[in-house]
Amino acid sequence: MTATIATNQTLLVVGGGISGMTAALEAAECGKQVILAERNATLGGRTALLYRYFPKMCHPTCGLEINLRRLKANRNLRVLTQAEVTAISGTRGNYTVTLKISPRYVNNNCTACGECAKVVETEIPDPYQYNLSQTHAAYLPHAMAYPQRYVLDPCIIGTPDADKAKAACKYGAIELDMQAETVELKVGAVIWATGWKPYDAAKIQPYGYDRFDNVITSVEFERLADPHGPTGGKLLRPSDGKEARNIAFIQCAGSRDENHLRHCSRICCMASLKQTQYVREAYGEEGRSTVYYIDIRSIDRLEDFYRKVQQDPTVKFIKSKVANIKLHEESSDLILHGVDTEGYHRYAEQHDLVVLAVGMEPESNGIQLPADMVADASGFLEGSADGGQFGAGAASSPLDVNRAVQSATAAALRAIQVVHKTSRPELVEGGAKS
Amino acid sequence: MNDLNRQAIANYKNDFLREVEERVEDGDWVRMCMQCGVCAGSCPLGNAWEHTPQKLFMMIRAGKREEVLSSDSMWMCTSCYNCIVRCPRKLPITHIMHGLAHYAHKLNMAPKGQPTRDIAKLFWDNLVKTGRVNELKFSLAMYFKDGFMQGIRNALAMQAVGMGLVKAKRLNPMEILGGHKCKDQGGIHRMIAKARAIEAHKKG
Repeated sequence: MTATIATNQTLLVVGGGISGMTAALEAAECGKQVILAERNATLGGRTALLYRYFPKMCHPTCGLEINLRRLKANRNLRVLTQAEVTAISGTRGNYTVTLKISPRYVNNNCTACGECAKVVETEIPDPYQYNLSQTHAAYLPHAMAYPQRYVLDPCIIGTPDADKAKAACKYGAIELDMQAETVELKVGAVIWATGWKPYDAAKIQPYGYDRFDNVITSVEFERLADPHGPTGGKLLRPSDGKEARNIAFIQCAGSRDENHLRHCSRICCMASLKQTQYVREAYGEEGRSTVYYIDIRSIDRLEDFYRKVQQDPTVKFIKSKVANIKLHEESSDLILHGVDTEGYHRYAEQHDLVVLAVGMEPESNGIQLPADMVADASGFLEGSADGGQFGAGAASSPLDVNRAVQSATAAALRAIQVVHKTSRPELVEGGAKS
Repeated sequence: MNDLNRQAIANYKNDFLREVEERVEDGDWVRMCMQCGVCAGSCPLGNAWEHTPQKLFMMIRAGKREEVLSSDSMWMCTSCYNCIVRCPRKLPITHIMHGLAHYAHKLNMAPKGQPTRDIAKLFWDNLVKTGRVNELKFSLAMYFKDGFMQGIRNALAMQAVGMGLVKAKRLNPMEILGGHKCKDQGGIHRMIAKARAIEAHKKG
């Protein structure tokens, strides 16, 4: 099977988030054969877990839907989910890639009817809600999931729950004896679109993410605001389920910090500005957002959005990196301590929810990469030294969706050049030249 | 105004930042401050200072020479190192505070009667003579630093503590006669003289 789908003219894209999908689609639409390998059970990556995009405040589902339509319409593109790259050898134009494909326990017959989820009792923390809620161990990752098929969590295999799921399925879609497979592919070029992960907020000791329920991260706040999220789109704080109306946003939570991430994560300012508008959306003039910042970095034309938010009377800006957070025991509110830079006033401000605008770290940090991959000081991938592998999107730099798509398109072009160049010597050999 | 101060003013004109960078220990870090305020907020004694480190750094950049060097604030630092640990740009803030205090002292612009300054000076003078701290002489110098009568009052107030220390063999009354010394006093003096010469050569 593998031999027929891949040759050294084939491109491999690792990671099926917005960047990986874009790179794969752009190359496939140029007529190249592309394999898109995604580690999770669905495409969409972290983009699918956002509520809205800045600056237009539109929904990511819209762009995702367009990409999925392009993808379904393209014969050159083959998608592998639950597929992880375990080894890569060879050189530019001629790589051999080993992929490990984990079992889904659900085959193509699945119609996403959801009967299996109804009978499976085991619950697991839902990774597609940043573990804010539980999901049944037979689940559809999310509404926009592709492939639109359920998946069984391996923890129920061999338990009565698995048999119940199999019995409940009317279409014979559940295969409990599915095994992990290892496949080898020949490819000419590799695009690493492995994306980013939020910085571990618990490491920022004075902010108490690990101690205080009502200190959450910006990615978790996206899930709270989303109608498909654990609170149905209500901004309910974790400690007592009370509506959070007076919300603090702390910028540079982990970024621009020699003790944490050295780089500016670039998107967090805009993300927090966007999130203040979720608060306005929820409560109108009654909501209160306070942004604590070192300086607001709303790059180029996004400055307009910052100006707009500055005009919003429900949003207050305090130029200060918060020094520490203390718990107000009776109310479970939080008290933010620090000194502002505009006047050097010492403050102790009370808020009912604190959102840490956590920095972006390469998802590939901590993962063994091919030996000749070149990465920057923060671990963002540039590409391989032999020029046949490329970083794309947030794997290559902290980028917003817009810029990640640009970066992915650029990487697709470079990868196409690689397979063009490697095909040329063959032509020369058999041709008139030399 | 002492000579060093006159010379510094002539040398640096209104460029106080450059003066700090070149003459204050670790002063070349001041430029790296991004004014986030974490040092000010993390300082356990921050609310007792007139000028927090963050503010001092901005004042240096703004050329407020007089205010910075005569400030009481850097003398209040207890070297807890919270600011250094938290600073997102790893400025050695504690060291800069001590560097500023030392520089202000050398120019004789540090506030008169500042207790930290007085103690530090007494401690140093006590130490360099013999290479060992003479605790008895140091305590007496402390008691009598504000005049003879105040000294008697202080000594009387601390009498019980002093006797307790003597009984516990923690304080030797015979130290008043000169006390214990290090083996090579001359060596210590030469070392300090050399260090002073290097410092003078390096800064200004």
